[in-house]
Amino acid sequence: MEIKSFFATRRARQETRDGYLSILPWMIGFVIFFFLPVLKSLYYSFTEWSFMTEPIWVGLANYKHMFTDDPLFYKALSVTFNYVLLSLPIKLVLGIFLALFLNWKIRGMNIYRTLFYIPAVVSGVSVSLMWMSLLQPDTGIVNTLLSYVGIQGPKWFWDPRWALISVASLSVWRVGGSAVIYLAGLQNIPPQLYEAADIDGASKYRQFWRITLPLLTPTLFFQLIIEMIGSFKVFTEAFVITQGGPLKATYFYLFYFYEEAFQNANTGYASALVVVLVIIIMFFTAVTRYTSKHWVYYES
Amino acid sequence: METKISTYNRINKYTVQRSLTKVFKYFLLTSISVVYMIPIIWMLSTSLKTRGDIFAWPTVLFPAVPQWENYRIAFQSFPLLRFMGNSMVMVLLNILGELLAVPLIAYGFARLRFPGKSFLFMLVLATMMIPAQIKLIPLYKMYSSWGMLDTYVPLVLHSFFGGAFFIFLVVQYIRTTPTELDDAGRIDGLGSFGILYRIIMPMITPVLVLIVIYTFLWTWNEFLNPIIYLTTFEKFPIQVGLSMFKGRFDVQWNLFMAATFASLFPVLFLYFFVQKRLIGGIASVGIKG
Repeated sequence: MEIKSFFATRRARQETRDGYLSILPWMIGFVIFFFLPVLKSLYYSFTEWSFMTEPIWVGLANYKHMFTDDPLFYKALSVTFNYVLLSLPIKLVLGIFLALFLNWKIRGMNIYRTLFYIPAVVSGVSVSLMWMSLLQPDTGIVNTLLSYVGIQGPKWFWDPRWALISVASLSVWRVGGSAVIYLAGLQNIPPQLYEAADIDGASKYRQFWRITLPLLTPTLFFQLIIEMIGSFKVFTEAFVITQGGPLKATYFYLFYFYEEAFQNANTGYASALVVVLVIIIMFFTAVTRYTSKHWVYYES
Repeated sequence: METKISTYNRINKYTVQRSLTKVFKYFLLTSISVVYMIPIIWMLSTSLKTRGDIFAWPTVLFPAVPQWENYRIAFQSFPLLRFMGNSMVMVLLNILGELLAVPLIAYGFARLRFPGKSFLFMLVLATMMIPAQIKLIPLYKMYSSWGMLDTYVPLVLHSFFGGAFFIFLVVQYIRTTPTELDDAGRIDGLGSFGILYRIIMPMITPVLVLIVIYTFLWTWNEFLNPIIYLTTFEKFPIQVGLSMFKGRFDVQWNLFMAATFASLFPVLFLYFFVQKRLIGGIASVGIKG
């Protein structure tokens, strides 16, 4: 009896040791690449600092300046919010529609699925360059096609009124990525539900609203959060295509942060900017999570 | 007799309607696909145009004589191969790092018992929730004080400590594998790590392949970190190189699109080989959240 428990504790001790040993790389990485940087960012946000000098504690001065005296901050914020409002609903609705199509039981479906997922593996830089070419005011294919139906196309990226819409149109192309995730959600819906609904004589339209959509809400909720976070962090398009212009029409928040941190070396202020961005993102994530109780259907 | 005919008619009507729906479905999917592929088709056709074709009106969709040498010119006038090689170096280092670290860490979380495990695993998940941008300035400062700016270290080192998303993925996967084999291994005298490398590793290869694919795609497509850390032209990865191309050949869209397509080629090549696994993997990740 004693010997047995001795071996049991020895094994448990060994397992504890092995456990900590195995996750040791993660723990080191957590401290170096996560814990310390996040704390330091918070600290820097209360300092006046540019890379070369030592940080000087200034309390809330950065935040005060940001909220009371920085028109660029509000500009970047409103551009980013507009972008989120433009691209997010389109992405969700088109993504669900596309997933419904891709869920049809027909032969050769894999070819279609493969095609629609291509944009998800194409880099932001490549898409940006392709879109610049597509939306060239004089020679791009979009304005050419528009001219065939007698419409004089706008100057897209080069017109302050259209630039943000043009950037948002990139995300429409990326909808294939989210469609594949909705598709997985659709395929998890038990087919018996549809069979029962068919027997009861429910129309396809009714089945969509009463079965498909409610049972898709967990996937929808997950994807909404992911896409929202992604939309707030839009950067590459602004950097490659517009450099924030024209007339700051695409001056995204992260682009402003990048300019302040890595071009103007205003690292203290830039830290405050990025802290506010993270708070905004976490706020909207929390709101989505909180309201999800009311619209996400969980099987119980 | 009469009833028979009406039954026959009804079946006939039903099958006709069904095949009509099928034709409609194919028609709809194909037309959406064509519209969806316009950017790629346009990129390809532009890459094969002459300078004259680019500015021609009405627009030339398919150049009469495809200018394949646009690709040669693009590669010659710009070190595209070098950029792609640089990207490949980072891809391989990141894959190496993730494959060394992630199975080990995930094994600890999935199988071994030790105090504080569930709390630590919650921390793993928490690191995924907080946008990475908040770490940019402190990490830049750290690497700068280590004298490692303008090297690949800041772009690959973190992989050797395991990406949180991958750890999560592999933990979920290991939890689905049977524990009986572990016990058998223990009886045969294997230690914890013997079990990991002899028994668990062979069982989790599908998810390791997924890690390789993701790491390839993410590293190849990464943009923000390379532009922050790298300043020497010769060290640029392909995405940064491409974005520079724009400044040099502002209106030469044919060369420009040739370079873009060339940069996409490795990704598309990989994608067509692994698309089933990738789409399946992404779908399962999406569901588990």
